[in-house]
Amino acid sequence: MSPLGAVFRRELTLAWRAGPAAPLGFFLGVTVLVPLAMGPERVLLAQAGAPLIWIAAALAALMTLERLFQADLEDGSLDQLFLADASLTAIAAAKGAALWIVVGLPLALAGAPAVVMLGASPSAIPGIVAGLLLANAAFIGAGLAAAAVTAGVKRAGVLIALLALPFFAPPVLFGAADGGAFGPAFLMLAACAAAACALGPLAAAAALRAQVE
Amino acid sequence: MTTAKITTKVSGLANPQQFMAASGWALPAAGAIALLLFVIGLPWGLQYSPPDYQQGESVRIMYIHVPAAWWSMGIYAALAGSSFTYLVWRHVLADVAARAMAPIGAAYAGLCLATGSLWGRPTWGAWWEWDARLTSMLVLFLTFIGYVALRAATDEDERGARLGAVLALAGAINLPIVHYSVEWWSTLHQPASILREGGSSIHPSMIGPLFTMAGAYAAAFVALTLASMRADIYRRRTRAAQARRARSAAP
Repeated sequence: MSPLGAVFRRELTLAWRAGPAAPLGFFLGVTVLVPLAMGPERVLLAQAGAPLIWIAAALAALMTLERLFQADLEDGSLDQLFLADASLTAIAAAKGAALWIVVGLPLALAGAPAVVMLGASPSAIPGIVAGLLLANAAFIGAGLAAAAVTAGVKRAGVLIALLALPFFAPPVLFGAADGGAFGPAFLMLAACAAAACALGPLAAAAALRAQVE
Repeated sequence: MTTAKITTKVSGLANPQQFMAASGWALPAAGAIALLLFVIGLPWGLQYSPPDYQQGESVRIMYIHVPAAWWSMGIYAALAGSSFTYLVWRHVLADVAARAMAPIGAAYAGLCLATGSLWGRPTWGAWWEWDARLTSMLVLFLTFIGYVALRAATDEDERGARLGAVLALAGAINLPIVHYSVEWWSTLHQPASILREGGSSIHPSMIGPLFTMAGAYAAAFVALTLASMRADIYRRRTRAAQARRARSAAP
């Protein structure tokens, strides 16, 4: 197996052990709380409910970013990864991909019941699930860089949120604007995901080099 | 002076001794210029300039809002430039400069947002609008705050400096977005009046106070940055001296 393949398998195993339970629970918790907060008025929920799914997804993704590099930096695995026969960019991308498979996919699928709970019509489900897949890729791509920069900081959760927030805004914006219609906003969302997947690992690799040297 | 001599003089500023010598006169000079330009520009803009034909007297906020906006972007460009210099040439003073500039840039960006909000209320009827210019300016403000927070959370060593540099460069993508936001999207904020094709569209009687205030903000930024850098260098020297004393005193 190639070094990059071995790294990817390691990341997948570690991410699998950490599991999607925490972000999924958070996501579903938010989607339950929002209709309770909006009260019994169906009209309000129908208008304002569906876009909140994107905020819930963004916050759930933020929760998982800490686990990307923190543990590896603390126990020295990051130094070993640095010595591996694969580029740091590819290694960061492998971490992001593993996180997307283990957390992003279930989160997007959980969007299907969440959409209905938040008052949107079931016809929007395919569009929103597809949009959530892309949005989670964008969140994780941007979050890679934020997590790499804050890896050694104690209790970095709030700092990661502050740094990643500007980059989370466009996917949330375009996802909510699309609302499951596969329209032009969906294409913009795909563009955000592509940009994040291309540039996020690059920035993360630069930050990791700064961490390890 | 030959180019070689000029570049040596500029790159010599990377030497802390030379920097302290140069900033010893540059700091008071910049401070004096800033004071002078504020004393001229503030009354000129706020009192003695003509009211706008549409907005009336509320246009006077422009003389505070616009230079703050210009220089918040300029300071971020300087921050990105210093960070790039640090990453490539490892000049410690470039990192000192970046740490010094960030809070000033945050203050200018915050001033731009606050005065813009005050200006928007009478003219647009809204304190805030999520259009491209305002949102990207808010993102710039948050990037400054994030940079300051990151530098505060990491130690004052090379690792913290490199991480800050990476963050500053990653956020630099927002700079063209802020500038061109009024061209690329239909925004509530007015389009560019000065740096645009076909020359500036602002009335000449407003250019005087506006550029005076811009110069005042620039001089204030230089003065504050130099003061902050000098303080940082003194602090590092003090810590190094304490460390030396502790080492030599240990039995």
